[in-house]
Amino acid sequence: MTPTAVAPPAKSDKPPKSASPLARLRDPSWYQRYGVYVAVAVVLLFNALFTEHFMTADNFRTQLVQVAPIVIVALGMALVIGTEGVDLSVGSTMALAAAFLPLYLGYGLVPALVVSLLAGAVVGAVNGALVSLVGLQPIVATLALFVGGRGLALVMADGQLKQIVNPDLLSLGTGSFLGIPLVVWIAGILAVAVAFLVQRTTFGRQVVAVGGNRSAAALAGLPVKRVLIGVYVICGILAALAGILATARLTASDPSSLGTLMELSAITAVVVGGTPLNGGSVRVLGTVAGALLMQLLRATLVKHDLPDSTAQIAQAAIIIAAVYVARERRSR
Amino acid sequence: MNETKPVTAAPAPVPAKTPAVRPAGPQRTGRLRVAELLQRQGVLAVLLTVVIAASFIYPTFASLDNARGVTIQASFLAVVALGMTMVIITGGIDLSVGSVFALGGVIAAWASQYGFLAALLLPLVVCGGIGLLNGLLIARGNMAPFIVTLATLLGARGLLLALTDEGATTYLVPKDSAFGELGQGSVWGFGYPIVIALVLFGAGGLVLQRTSFGQTLFAVGGSSDAATLMGLPVARTKILVYTLSGLLAGLAGALNAARLSSGVTIVGVGMELDAISAVVIGGTLLVGGAGSISGTLWGVLLLAVIQNLINQIGSLNSSYQSVVSGGFLVVVVVAQRYLARSRRST
Repeated sequence: MTPTAVAPPAKSDKPPKSASPLARLRDPSWYQRYGVYVAVAVVLLFNALFTEHFMTADNFRTQLVQVAPIVIVALGMALVIGTEGVDLSVGSTMALAAAFLPLYLGYGLVPALVVSLLAGAVVGAVNGALVSLVGLQPIVATLALFVGGRGLALVMADGQLKQIVNPDLLSLGTGSFLGIPLVVWIAGILAVAVAFLVQRTTFGRQVVAVGGNRSAAALAGLPVKRVLIGVYVICGILAALAGILATARLTASDPSSLGTLMELSAITAVVVGGTPLNGGSVRVLGTVAGALLMQLLRATLVKHDLPDSTAQIAQAAIIIAAVYVARERRSR
Repeated sequence: MNETKPVTAAPAPVPAKTPAVRPAGPQRTGRLRVAELLQRQGVLAVLLTVVIAASFIYPTFASLDNARGVTIQASFLAVVALGMTMVIITGGIDLSVGSVFALGGVIAAWASQYGFLAALLLPLVVCGGIGLLNGLLIARGNMAPFIVTLATLLGARGLLLALTDEGATTYLVPKDSAFGELGQGSVWGFGYPIVIALVLFGAGGLVLQRTSFGQTLFAVGGSSDAATLMGLPVARTKILVYTLSGLLAGLAGALNAARLSSGVTIVGVGMELDAISAVVIGGTLLVGGAGSISGTLWGVLLLAVIQNLINQIGSLNSSYQSVVSGGFLVVVVVAQRYLARSRRST
């Protein structure tokens, strides 16, 4: 048990500086970074051993379709949280985007999609302006549209659920390509795109810099306000897209219930995935894994005939565990 | 129920996150005083304006019956928002109150078959326990309030579902039970929940203003580190505040169950955000360190009056309520922000 005696494996350029795998297991930051993947692996292993009809292509297709909208919203949320912010309005934005769809479908699919996505962008721009230009706390800034956004959606839809009959839009929800549903493709491609954005673009580095230390970023001459508005606009557009896809799958635009509690699912996925709530780092793959973990966990419990209540309590425990691992270790 | 004075007891110059909460010294000019007054009493002014205007436009609004209806509706949110105000003053947030409210109601309705005391105490014990758990994780575990209470939001609703066979069972409060009377009885036509809410607000105002615990709250919210350096019991204060928030949410849920004669499982969704809205509209800063109990009361009443007015107008559907509430929230917080800025710039 002398970890320092072993030569460093050097294949990882990430924080674990300690030598042996054993010592790495004792390093709390290792769990923060990789814990979610281990947890997903454990859940999958458990199901492979103990759950019938779980490790099937059909089941995975179902799970992935269900998790896709959460992943899409969580990707935007991860960017926002990376700037030390939070966006409570994503559920309302989904409802708003869904409410716009039937109003403009008469002009064709593309105009309807554009208007819906634009609605999400406007919500994001308002959030971003309140955070960056007015200087409100993100919780307050986005709380207003959380409260007002769904009301606006209901007002526009006359408080009614509207059936969607446009076949092009419906095919977005039900269609598949190479045996994989379109929504899963979209979520996957977006995840890759956001990962690229974070790791390979100037904007991505600016997001991380602004989240890490805003005043330092401002002093370094970074366009802090533009970056903040940018992440909220991206988050709004992604939420609107998730609203469109969910509407297509439900074959109805339901502004009263679409996206409720989505902000919580998205924040959970981001945090469980290892992105710290105090900003300065964005874990895109971790976010996807976090969403997947919550989904698989729920599915596992349901397949073992445990009720929804147990799933919720288990999710609560996992969130606490994830944050406990990620908590600040300064003694205050 | 006067305005509270933030951290007047603090001997050291507290490097508050919101500098100059109350700028002391002779340089407080007239403009400053107006800004300060607006920030403190702006909500009350808006509330009074809306109420007076509405009384002229809608004769039915000004009736005593309507006042009773509005206030009883508001009383449950008020009790929850009272706890939220204290949590927010310490710089925290409690997202679990909506679930805890619903849980408290279900437990109270279930326990009411065993008598009045059981129906009142059991929800308080359970909900206080959840609050205590929040406080311990936040204060001792150094975890972010936002995410801890988000987890207990899920957990409490899970517990609620487990208690009600996944929402299939609704527990009824036995007819003629003393507990039911607590929700339906009244003093001069005003229901007990209103009286209880007012008493709690009075007590809360006194605690915040006149006790060292209250001043510790402001100090902790102003700067947790500075409060620690001053030797204040920061962790204990935080634990107590979250426990109180859980207790109050549970009590409000129990009162609601007594009023409805049943433990309804679908209540309380989104209530945490209503409570936060009311607190913020009432002038309490979300960064902590400054705020007032009375402001929260006016904030709750303003939200309730808006809802009532939209019902009175009739031609507007109820969806407008959240649009107007959201709009109010934006206007108030933006105004607060500029008022705070104009005061700081001197």
